[in-house]
Amino acid sequence: MLKLLRKRREMLTGYMFVLPWMIGFLLFMAYPIYFSLNMSFHKVIISSEGIKKDYVGWNNFKNAFLTDPKYTEELVVFIQSVVFMIPIIIVFSMLVALLINQPIRLKGFFRAIFFLPVVITSGQVVKELFSQGAASVPIVERYGMIEFIQNNLDPTWSEPIISIIQQLIVILWYSGVQILIFLAGLQKVNTQVYEAASIDGASPWEIFWKITLPSIKPFILVNIIYTTVDLFTNSLNDVIELIKVHMFQIDTGFGYATSLAWIYFMVIFVILLLVVVIFGRNDDYNPRKAGG
Amino acid sequence: MKTGIAPLRKAVKAADKTMMMNGLNKGRKILLGKQGNDGMIFKIVVYALLISIGFVYVYPILYMISQSFKSLEDLLDPTVMWLPKSLHWDNFVQAWKVLEFPKSFAASILNSVLPALAQTLSCALVGYGFARFKFPGKSIMLVFILFTFIIPVQVVMIPLFLMFKEYGMLGSPLPFIVPALFAGGIKSALFILIYMQFFRTIPKSLEESAGLDGAGAVKIFFRIMLPISVPAIVVVFLFSLVWHWNETYTASLYLGESMRTLPVMLQTFDLAFSQAMSSSSAGQEMVNINESIKLAGTVLIILPLLLLYLFAQKWFVEVVDKTGITGE
Repeated sequence: MLKLLRKRREMLTGYMFVLPWMIGFLLFMAYPIYFSLNMSFHKVIISSEGIKKDYVGWNNFKNAFLTDPKYTEELVVFIQSVVFMIPIIIVFSMLVALLINQPIRLKGFFRAIFFLPVVITSGQVVKELFSQGAASVPIVERYGMIEFIQNNLDPTWSEPIISIIQQLIVILWYSGVQILIFLAGLQKVNTQVYEAASIDGASPWEIFWKITLPSIKPFILVNIIYTTVDLFTNSLNDVIELIKVHMFQIDTGFGYATSLAWIYFMVIFVILLLVVVIFGRNDDYNPRKAGG
Repeated sequence: MKTGIAPLRKAVKAADKTMMMNGLNKGRKILLGKQGNDGMIFKIVVYALLISIGFVYVYPILYMISQSFKSLEDLLDPTVMWLPKSLHWDNFVQAWKVLEFPKSFAASILNSVLPALAQTLSCALVGYGFARFKFPGKSIMLVFILFTFIIPVQVVMIPLFLMFKEYGMLGSPLPFIVPALFAGGIKSALFILIYMQFFRTIPKSLEESAGLDGAGAVKIFFRIMLPISVPAIVVVFLFSLVWHWNETYTASLYLGESMRTLPVMLQTFDLAFSQAMSSSSAGQEMVNINESIKLAGTVLIILPLLLLYLFAQKWFVEVVDKTGITGE
């Protein structure tokens, strides 16, 4: 009886603590989601008397794919560039994390440098740097790499690659948090495993592939998910810009804009699912657990 | 006699040889190291890589700062690469005026500090609730929290916009503060998870002993848990502050014309520039906008965050160690 009472009290205290989130979720997430789904099937007209909704069924979604000249195009271009950007960011952040994890001096200084962009980059600042040409590595352009790619690849693929090269630094700027996550992963690897491997005569190269990489594998998944969400919710991309434009256009309005947002969300969701399915299997040998 | 010397010679030769080998080994050890990652060559490669990648990484910032000090002549002169011939402070004066710096700075502070405070407290409460108590529906709620992390704002933005409009909150910081009070708003999911991870690392016995002394859950939370959670609190506050500060998309939507934060001002810099110049410099010579003035404006916008980073750098970078966010 007493135990039951205590259990019940724990339950109630728990609810008390998470109550703010529950209210917030209902008010600022669940209700808006319902409202937004509802709107995406309507043509919404906002007048001085209030909101007027006309049911149009799946038309908004159909229009997005069939009649909108820009939406699917922007979406495809964006997905293409994300497909390139994610591996670049993951490999780069792993490289930097491996370098910083070495026993070197000025560790704090280098960490500070690689985390700096996380703090200062707002979409607007980044946009400004793009437009002033501060975002590309000057050497790349000097050696004619862009012409080389232009001449040798199909334009559907050369265009995203070139735009990535031109924005390379800013793309790398999105790796601050990922570097930290990898760093934390690396620091949790049992050092005895490294010692044992080097006594057995393993080269650094072998150690990286056989020990380091498998043991930070879970962090790769975390980072891919984080990067994907980060890139998709970043206000810099043109798809989001397009959604905002449609919000305030009289002929399309809020209804159409929300259906664009929903298509966008479904794309993110599918990509995340793919990522989890492809990288989520974690049945490999894990020295972090085996080493104790 | 003769036969006596030969083995000696041999011995000396052998000793020479081992000494030479030793020397070689030593040299090799210094250059390549014992374990492959502590030798000279390896170190040099690591430093060279770090320095060059680091330079490329901060290149846009350095470029921006260098550019922002250039006068028009320096800007057009192809021989002037990094160091301007003279520090042209006038760019900053212009940009300061165009940005209406004091006013926009105040707006930025209002729209980042207040929501950050609200978010820091509310997410702590919620994180504690999830970390320490068992109750039905908890795992579903955690799934919902992750869900809020991946759903883009654009999906809920329009209903929220209409909602805030109905309550007359547009044009004030309230659309940021009110959701933040309820553990919603910018990246709240991440903050709840940070707190959860952090509270899990604190031994339960601490609260149990306080509970035996008769303290209630609320008292335990505020008197015992919060004071020892300073690392997590600082980390969450700093990130919330920075992300609210940098927010331009919803800021320009919710705040509209009545209030403009610094990054939002940058959006309309060109337009604001021509307006400011045509109204103020009636008698004076016209100043045309150029890259340097725009970049000076960008520097001004980044500057407050750079200063903050300078002082709080340790906290930002140690977020993972301090809070164990990656977990197991």
